[in-house]
This record gives sequence, structure tokens and C-alpha cells, in this order.
Amino acid sequence: MQRAIIEPNPTPPADSKAASPSKPGSLLQHPNSVAAEVRNLRKIYNVGSPQAHEALKDVNLSIRANEFFTLLGPSGCGKTTLLRILGGFEMLTSGTCRIFGEDVSRLPPEARPVNTVFQQYALFPHMTVRRNIAFGLEMLGKPKAEVERTVERMLDLVHMREYADRRPDTMSGGQRQRVALARALAPQPKLLLLDEPLSALDLKLRQKMRLELKSLQRETGITFIFVTHDQEEALAMSDRVAVISNGHLQQVGTPEDIYEQPQSRFVADFIGESNLIEAKVADSAGSEAAFDIEGFGQVQAPIGQRVEVGQQVWLSIRPERLVLGAVHREGPQATVTDRTYLGNAVEYHLRAGKHALTARSPRGGLRGRQDFAPGDAVSLGFEPGSIKVLLS
Amino acid sequence: MSARPLALSSRIPQGFAHAGLLWPSLGVILVFMVAPIAIMLTYSFLVPGAYGGVEWTFSTAAYEQILFERDFLDDSLTFTPDYLIIVARSLIQATVATLLCLVISVPTAYYIATRSDRVKNIWLFLITIPYWVNLLIRTIALLFVLRDDGPINSALLDVGVIGQPLALSYNGFAISLGLIYSFLPFMVLPLYSAFERFDFRLLEAAYDLYASRRVAFFRIVLPVMRPGLIAGSLLVFIPSVGSYLAPDILGGGKTLMIGNLIGTQFQAARNWPFGAALSMILLTITLIVLLWLARRAAQQQRSN
Repeated sequence: MQRAIIEPNPTPPADSKAASPSKPGSLLQHPNSVAAEVRNLRKIYNVGSPQAHEALKDVNLSIRANEFFTLLGPSGCGKTTLLRILGGFEMLTSGTCRIFGEDVSRLPPEARPVNTVFQQYALFPHMTVRRNIAFGLEMLGKPKAEVERTVERMLDLVHMREYADRRPDTMSGGQRQRVALARALAPQPKLLLLDEPLSALDLKLRQKMRLELKSLQRETGITFIFVTHDQEEALAMSDRVAVISNGHLQQVGTPEDIYEQPQSRFVADFIGESNLIEAKVADSAGSEAAFDIEGFGQVQAPIGQRVEVGQQVWLSIRPERLVLGAVHREGPQATVTDRTYLGNAVEYHLRAGKHALTARSPRGGLRGRQDFAPGDAVSLGFEPGSIKVLLS
Repeated sequence: MSARPLALSSRIPQGFAHAGLLWPSLGVILVFMVAPIAIMLTYSFLVPGAYGGVEWTFSTAAYEQILFERDFLDDSLTFTPDYLIIVARSLIQATVATLLCLVISVPTAYYIATRSDRVKNIWLFLITIPYWVNLLIRTIALLFVLRDDGPINSALLDVGVIGQPLALSYNGFAISLGLIYSFLPFMVLPLYSAFERFDFRLLEAAYDLYASRRVAFFRIVLPVMRPGLIAGSLLVFIPSVGSYLAPDILGGGKTLMIGNLIGTQFQAARNWPFGAALSMILLTITLIVLLWLARRAAQQQRSN
């Protein structure tokens, strides 16, 4: 279990005047205002019973207006619980939850300016596409003409005009997905919650919908909060990502931040692939430090935080930044145990002392890159700046 | 999607996927349902024999008798509502029983459907227990409970809440109670399976789209559950309209329903054509209800 709770990036303070009224329907969002904010949020299921389970442990998070924000984590990490608390489907145990400045902690879903795209879409099976999309607008008591106009606009937005009079059960997963999006966007929510909406689709469609979702978010200017366990999806679509594990917020940042500057072993391992190596600080001077790796030797790496000599740390290095070469000099060495051809790359599994490592070489063996076979001894090189020092 | 039936049939060996498999059940229906109805229809247009049975003379007298009384002196017809009242009473009793069964069953079915699998099975098992005992015995047992010297009246008298026994038996109230008691499980079981199939995430979606609890119930829950509601209602309404035991035993034969009227014609009154004509009326009522529901369902399908 990770010990540290990493505070999210500082966000501009919520301007109380920017906080818009609670009624949905307004698309005006101040670019720097806070769309959603949770403070000291805890959620315990079955409080007081032997099966009590703490799903969220003191989560603090600010989501900016107009942001495509992703909650990323393995299943059971609490990301869906957090989304459901924002939607009003679960009551928080303690803490506060604000949407555009308004405390919604105790409000039911129908009183929040928020709409949801559900995991299995939850389209109304007895209604046509048109009636599904109109439902939210009708519930808000919009005049008939406006409802019709908005429904037509939504049908165009998600390219479902020709299916307008069909029922959900006659449509494919991708089409249902589009209807669910249109239904949730029609009342013009201030916040759109998306609960793993792509997980039921096949790979090709999923990749296509990623782009569509992203452009839909830009077109509508609505803040999207997207839940997924798929790190590739998160990196591809998000403005910012929050990595959650075990009910803790691990790290919040842009996709680049999360991938390039992981702040914990969990993030380094969960986002992409990482070689995680236990090491001890041998020497520390300013922004550089030397680390002893058992049975391996010493490596240098930049450090972002103070470390003590002798302190136990983990070094993280991405497989594609581990450079293999012929053994011709001093330095770390390894033996190739396995070679896997991946099409656009070759993956080498290595053993260096007690450490098992993975290296990935684009178009391995071609264009001047040397190829290796199982049993070969290789030297290990690290691209500059490729080693991340992790304290937890 | 369209490949599924093909894939299914390709797995079944050729010799076994044969329409002949239907013949045993078709035979039973033909012999025990179609043939008797055809006989009844024929009899309803004949003249009663002196000691029961029929005489083979065509006549619509049996149908006229439902609405008119024939003066035995001058053969003139005068309108009489007596039999219409019995038909109306049957319809009202059945409707009341169906509605009350609905009101009782919705929460029950909802409760059972939302339990864990193990608890669910226990409840469903308990619901079928009354069926281990014959309906006649159960109806008589209910009469013993409701009688003037039955446990309910005795208890109330002993406590002093009432001075004389409540008229619980031998009236419309007892018949309604008997119908509800007899047919309640026919309502609970279809509703249970409708609730079990109901996707409660639809409710979350409705709330998410600003629906109140009440609106979500009427616009989402009821329409989605409509097939279950209709099935349960038919399963209660149809046997209730024509029920024989409950009015006979609990009504004490004083409050006639159409089932008893038909029974009397074939037994004591020995007017088979009239009994057959009444049976045809009962059958027609049932068919009208079924057709009306089917049409409504089709309209619903189109209008959404």
C-alpha cells in the first residue's frame, strides 16, 4: 500500500462570483473556474458492519472547467465510487463535494447540474432514440419546440439522425454509446460524467470513439470526467489524469507528467511498463545522486527531492529507454533470457544478477540496431534522464 | 445477430428438429379444448331437452334468455337485467381481485427480486406452499376462518371489540378474499420475474436526467415492466371471472357469479343450451380483454 497522498497540482482559487447557479442549462463556464472539487472525501461502505470497506480515503481533488479529466486506476480502486459520489448516486461518508462552487454533498442526482454516461449505457428500452434524448429536457420542463430543436441538434452531433426512431435493442454497441452520449449532453450539463463508456466496445471502435469523445468535449466545452482502467485511453484523451489506487489519489497531472514523471512505484508500474529496481543511495550531491544496485553496480540519476545516504529507494526505467549494446566496456551487464517479436518492436527479457528487466527496441535488429538472441551477454545503457528515483 | 438462429439449428441433429414434436400437445389441445368449445358453441344454438341434454332444433332462444324474459302465456319478450347483473358482478369481482392482487404483489415481488439468490429461492418456495393443498380444501378452510364462529369473530368477540359476529362469510367480501387468496401467486410470480429482469440502472439514469421518484416510476418502471404486469393481471383476471369454487363455497351460493350460473344450468336447471350460451359469453369477454390488451401493447410500441 502506498503511504503518501500526493496533493494535486495547485489550481486557481474558486472565484465565488464565477460559481454559476445550480440550474443546468448554462454553457457559460469560466475558463479558470473550478468545475468540481472534493475535499477530505471519505467513503465507507457498510459503516459499522463487519464488511465495512473504505473505498475512498481522504481524497482531495480539483477539476477545472472545460477540462477532459480522467480518473484512472485498476478495478476496485475507488474511481467509480468517486464518480458516483459526484453524480449523487452514492452518499459520501465525510468531506465535501462541490460542483461549480455549490456544495452538492447532500443533493440527490436529480438536483445536480450533472449528467452521466453509464457503463452499460442504461438507455430506456421502451423508448426510441429520439425519446431517450428528449427525456432529460422534458424532465427540466423545457418548452416542446426547444426540446425538439435540441434533440435534432444532438442527433446531428452524434451522427444518429437515421436511427432517431429506432429502439436501443435494435442497435449496436457503438450506436448505443452515441445515443447515451447524446442523451446525457442534451440537457447541457455543467459536468458530464462518463463511467467506462468505451469498455463494452471492440478495439477498433474504441479507438475511433476516443477521438470522437475528445472532439465532442472540445465542441461542447463541457467539463468531462471520465473513468477508465485503460491507461492508454487515459493518456490519449485527457487534459489531466488522476491515478487512483486503493482509495488513495496517487498522482494528478497531464498525461506527459504521469508517464514521464511518475511519483510512486504504483504509478510507474500502472502507467505503461516500468523496470522497478531496488537501490540504496550511495552519494548525494545537489540535484544528482549515485545509487547502489545489488549485484549490478552503481548508477547516477537526477533527484527531485532530498535523499539521505543509505536510504532505500526504487529506480524506475521504461523498457524503451534501456539501451542494449555489445559487451565492450565496463558497466552494468545482463544476459538475454528471452526475445519476443512484437511487429513494430522487439522485446528482450534480461537477467542482471537477481533483477529481471525488460528492454524494448523499436525495429530491433534492423537499421543498424543490433539484435540479440537468448543467452547473449549485453551491456546495459540508460538514456540520459531516463532513470526516475521513487521514494515510495 | 442474424447468425444466431442458424448456429443454433445447426447444432441440433436433423432428425430431431421436426414439427412432429408438437403433435402430442397439439393433439391434447385439439381433443380437450377445441372440440369441447365447438360442442358448446353448437349446443348454445339448440333447444333444451326435457331431462337435460339437447334437442336438435336450431334456436337463438338461449342467447335471448340472457337479456329477455319470455312470457310463457303470450310468448312476448321483456327485458330483464338479472343475468346481466350476474355478468357485471363477475367482471367487477374479478377486476377488484386483480387490482388488489396487483397492489399486494408489487411490493412483495419487488422485495423478493431484490434479495440474494439464496433468500430469493426460499421466498419463492414459500409462495408455492399453498399449492400443495387442493384448492377446494383451502377454500373450505378459509370459510372456517371467516365464519361467524370462526377464529376471527371469536377473537374479536372475546376481546369485546364487537358485540355480534361480523358478516365475513357468505357475501361478496368473502368471495373477493377467496379470489385474491387463490390467485395471488399468479400475480406475484410474473411480477417477480419482471422485477428480476428490471435493470435498476435505468432508475439511476432517470434520476440523473432530473426525473423525480414518482415520474421515474410511472415513465420508466411501469412501462418496462408492462409485460409482467399484463401477464400477472391476465393470470388472475381470467380464472377469477369464471371462478366457481369461491362464490359457491364462500358466497354460500347466494351471490352468484357467471361460473355458478353456468354450473347450475348444466346440473339443477337442466338447460344445457343456456349454459352453453353463457359459456360463450364468458369466452367472448375473455377474448375481448385479451385483444384489447394486445392492441394497446401494439399501440404503445408504435407511439414511443
